Amino acid sequence: MMITQTLKAAVVAAALLSATALTAPAYAAMVPEGTKLAAEQVFKYRVLDNINTLDPQLVEDVDTSAVVRSLFEGLYNSGPDGEPVPGVAESYDVNEDNTVYTFHLRDAKWSNGEPVTAGDFVYAWQRAVNPETASNYAYFVGLVGVVNADAIVAGEKTPEELGVKAIDDKTLEVTLAFSSPWFIRTLSHATLFPTYKASVDKGIDWTKPENIVSNGAFTLAENTPGERVVLKRNPNYWDNEHTVLEEVQFLTINDENQGLTRWRAGEVDQTDVPAGQFPALKAELPDNTFSVPQFCTYYFSVNMTDKQPNAALADVKVREALSLAIDRDVIVNGILQGGQQPAYSFTHPLTAGFTMPEIAAASMTQEERDAKAVELMTEAGFGKDNPLTINYIYNTSEAHKKIATVVSQMWKEKLGVTMNLQDMEFQTLLDTRHSKTYELARNAWCGDYNEASTFLSLLDSKSEQNDQGYANADVDTWLAESKTAEDPNVQYAEIEAQAAKDVPIMPIYFYAKVFMQNADVKGWPYDDVEQNWYAKDLYKVAE
Amino acid sequence: MIQFILKRLAVAIPTLLVLIVVSFFLMKMAPGNPFAGEKTVPQSVLDNIYARYGLDKPEWQQLAEYIYNVVFRFDFGPSFQYRDRTVNDIIAQGFPVTFTYGAWAFVAASVIGIALGVVAAVRQNSWADYLSVGFSIGAQVVPNFVMAPILVLIFTLWLRWLPGGGWNGGHWSNVVLPVIALATSYFANIARITRSSMLEVLGSNYIRTARAKGLPGWKVIFGHALRPALLPVVSYLGPVFVGMVTGSVVIDLYFSTGGIGQAFVNSALNRDYSTILGITILLGALTITANLVVDVLYAWIDPKIEL
Repeated sequence: MMITQTLKAAVVAAALLSATALTAPAYAAMVPEGTKLAAEQVFKYRVLDNINTLDPQLVEDVDTSAVVRSLFEGLYNSGPDGEPVPGVAESYDVNEDNTVYTFHLRDAKWSNGEPVTAGDFVYAWQRAVNPETASNYAYFVGLVGVVNADAIVAGEKTPEELGVKAIDDKTLEVTLAFSSPWFIRTLSHATLFPTYKASVDKGIDWTKPENIVSNGAFTLAENTPGERVVLKRNPNYWDNEHTVLEEVQFLTINDENQGLTRWRAGEVDQTDVPAGQFPALKAELPDNTFSVPQFCTYYFSVNMTDKQPNAALADVKVREALSLAIDRDVIVNGILQGGQQPAYSFTHPLTAGFTMPEIAAASMTQEERDAKAVELMTEAGFGKDNPLTINYIYNTSEAHKKIATVVSQMWKEKLGVTMNLQDMEFQTLLDTRHSKTYELARNAWCGDYNEASTFLSLLDSKSEQNDQGYANADVDTWLAESKTAEDPNVQYAEIEAQAAKDVPIMPIYFYAKVFMQNADVKGWPYDDVEQNWYAKDLYKVAE
Repeated sequence: MIQFILKRLAVAIPTLLVLIVVSFFLMKMAPGNPFAGEKTVPQSVLDNIYARYGLDKPEWQQLAEYIYNVVFRFDFGPSFQYRDRTVNDIIAQGFPVTFTYGAWAFVAASVIGIALGVVAAVRQNSWADYLSVGFSIGAQVVPNFVMAPILVLIFTLWLRWLPGGGWNGGHWSNVVLPVIALATSYFANIARITRSSMLEVLGSNYIRTARAKGLPGWKVIFGHALRPALLPVVSYLGPVFVGMVTGSVVIDLYFSTGGIGQAFVNSALNRDYSTILGITILLGALTITANLVVDVLYAWIDPKIEL
C-alpha cells in the first residue's frame, strides 16, 4: 500500500515538525486496472432504526455518521487505514506549537453548484456550539481544542468568538486552546462538517430531500426514518469522476437475525453477524464473514465515590482480586466468539500512535491471576467463611447477560463472591450510573477520534464520562502534560499503570465488528479501527 | 342516534385529556431522559437542549403548553429523538404504513374468520367443522413473532418470491407478508366467535320456523341467521380493528416497515416524550372512535338495541 505509507509519513512529519504544509493525495474508489465493474452499482447497507437526523451538527451515532459522511465532506476524511486524507482541504499549515492550523481549500462545490467556502465551515462550526442549535455534540468542538468553544456552549461568549475564521474564501484558520498534534484526526467527525446556510435557514425541514444542500459525494434522494435512506451520486462533487457507486441504500432492519436472513436472500450487501454465530458462519461462508477490530472497550465500572453502597469495593485489594479473577479468554473465546480481544487496560491497542504499556496482569497466566486474586481476597478479609456479595447492573441484552452470568460463576467458584445481577433498561442504567448510586456497572466506550486521549480522558476526575467518579491527582496531571508532551506515550503508560493499580474499571475486552459482506463489494476500509467507511471509496465488481 | 353520537363525542374529550395528563406524568416518572446516551454530555450542553425543547420549564407549564398546541394548533411538537422531524411528520409517515397493512389484514381476517366460522357451525361435527376449527386453532397457537420468521423463511429465503421486510413506498410485494402474519393471529378468534354464536342462533325458534316454512338452507343462513350471529363478532372487531391499524408492534419491528408501532417502541425506549404522547393520543382517539362505530353498528344490526 504505497499511498498509505507515504501518507502516514506525511502526517507524522507534519504533526511533529510543524509549520510544513501537508499535501497528500486524496482518496477515492481505487479500482485496479482491468477490473470488470458490476453493471449495477448500488450498495445496500443494513442499519438499525437509528438514522435520527441528517444534520451534521446534530449527528450522534455511528450509523447516522456513516450516512452523513457520504452526504457531506469535512476538511479531512479518513483513509482506508484510518489515517487522515484530504477532503475539502487540499493542504494545511500549522504553527510551531500546534495551536494555529491554516487550511487551504480546494475548488469544491455544493450539490446546487455553489462553491464551498471557508465561510461555510465557520458558519457550521459556530452553529455546532451555538446554544440555539442545542447539539448533543456541541462539546466536541471544545474537546478537540477550538478556542472559546466551551464558553460559547455555556452561554458565556457569543458564537462569533469561536476560534475559527475565514481569511478568504479558500483559507480557513483555526486557533486551538491547547497544543494538539492530532487535530487533523478529528476533522472527519460530522460535527465539523460544513453546512449550507441558505439551506439550514429553512428550519427543521432543511434536511428533507427537497431542501437539503450538501457537499459530499452523494446527495439525499429519499429519507424515510425507520425504513430507509437512499443516496444518489452527486455530479457536483469535486472528485465525482472517481466515484463508482451510483446509489447507496441504508435499510433499517431492526432484528439482526432478520438482517442475516435478508442478507442470505440477497436483499442487503452487508449486515452484522448476530452474537455467537460468527464461528458457524465463518466455517460456512469464509469469504463473506469478516471480523475486524473495533474502536471500543467493554468494561465494568466501579463506583469510586463516597456514595458506593458496598464498603468492600472501596478496598483496592477487593477490586483488584475481582478483576484478576475474570477469565477474559473464556468471555472472548467462549461467549463472544467473534474475534474480540481480551482487555487488561483501557485504551484500544490499535489506537494510532499508541504504544500498549506493559500491564502485569496481561502477561500472567489465568492460574497465576486466580492465585493472586485469592491471596488478595484473603488479605482483605473475605473468603468462603466470610463471603462477599456484590450487586451488578447492566442494560438488558442477551450478550451482557451471558457475560455477567459467566463472571458471576467465576467469582463464585474462585472467590466465593455472590454477584447479584440486575438488568435494566438502557436509560435507567445511564441514570443510575450518572447518579453514582450503583456498586458495579457495565460500561463501554468507543473512541471519538483516533488518539489515545479519546479513551484516557475518561479517567480525568473532571470528565463528564467518568462514571466511576475516579479521582487521582496524578492522572489529572499526566493528562494535562500529555497534551503538550513530545511523546505522550510516556504519560499514557503512567495513566494506564495507575488505573491498573487503582482498578476504577475492570477492562473486559476490545470490540470487534463482525459482519457479512457480499463478495462483489470492494474498497471497504477493513484496516480502519474506527470503521469510518465512505460510499465514495466503494465499488462493486462483476461476479 | 345523532344525539347519542354527540354525547359520546362530548365524553371523548375529557377522556383524551385524562389520557394525556396520565401519560405525561407516567412518562416523566420513568428514569432517564431523551438526550442521554452512552456518552454523557456536559451540563451546559444539556441545559441548551432542555431550553430548546422547553424542558427547563415547570412540568405543569410544559403540560399546559403541550395541550394548548395540540388542541388549538394541531401541533404535536418536535420529536426529541429524530432531531430534524416533528411528531406530526412521524405520524404522517408511520400511520399510513401501518394503516395500510393493518386494514388489509383486518379485511382478510374478518372474511376468512367469518367464513370459516359459518361453515363450521352449519356443518357442525362434520369434517368441514373439524378442519376449520383445526385450522383456526393451528393459526392461533402460532404467535405472530413465530409466524413472521416462518413466512420470511419460506417466501423470502427459499422461494425468493417476496422481500423479507421494508416498505418500499407500499409496493404490494412488501405488504403481503405483514398482512398474512398479522391476520393469522386474529382470524382464529373471529372464526371461533362466529361459530359459537352461529350455533346458538341456528338452534333458536325462529330459525326452526324459517326452515319449517320451507326456505332453502342458504337463505335461512344468510337471510336470517347471519346478522344476529354477527353481533358478538362486531363487538370483538372494534378493538381488533384499532389494534391492527395502529400497529402490531411485533410486525412493525420484525418487518422494519417504518410504521407507527416501530416508532412507538423506539420513542418509549428513547424517552422521546413528545412522540410517545403524540402516538398515545392517536391511539386513544382511534380507540374511542372505533368503539363508537361499533355501538352504531350494533344498533344497525340489531333493531332491538336503542341508542
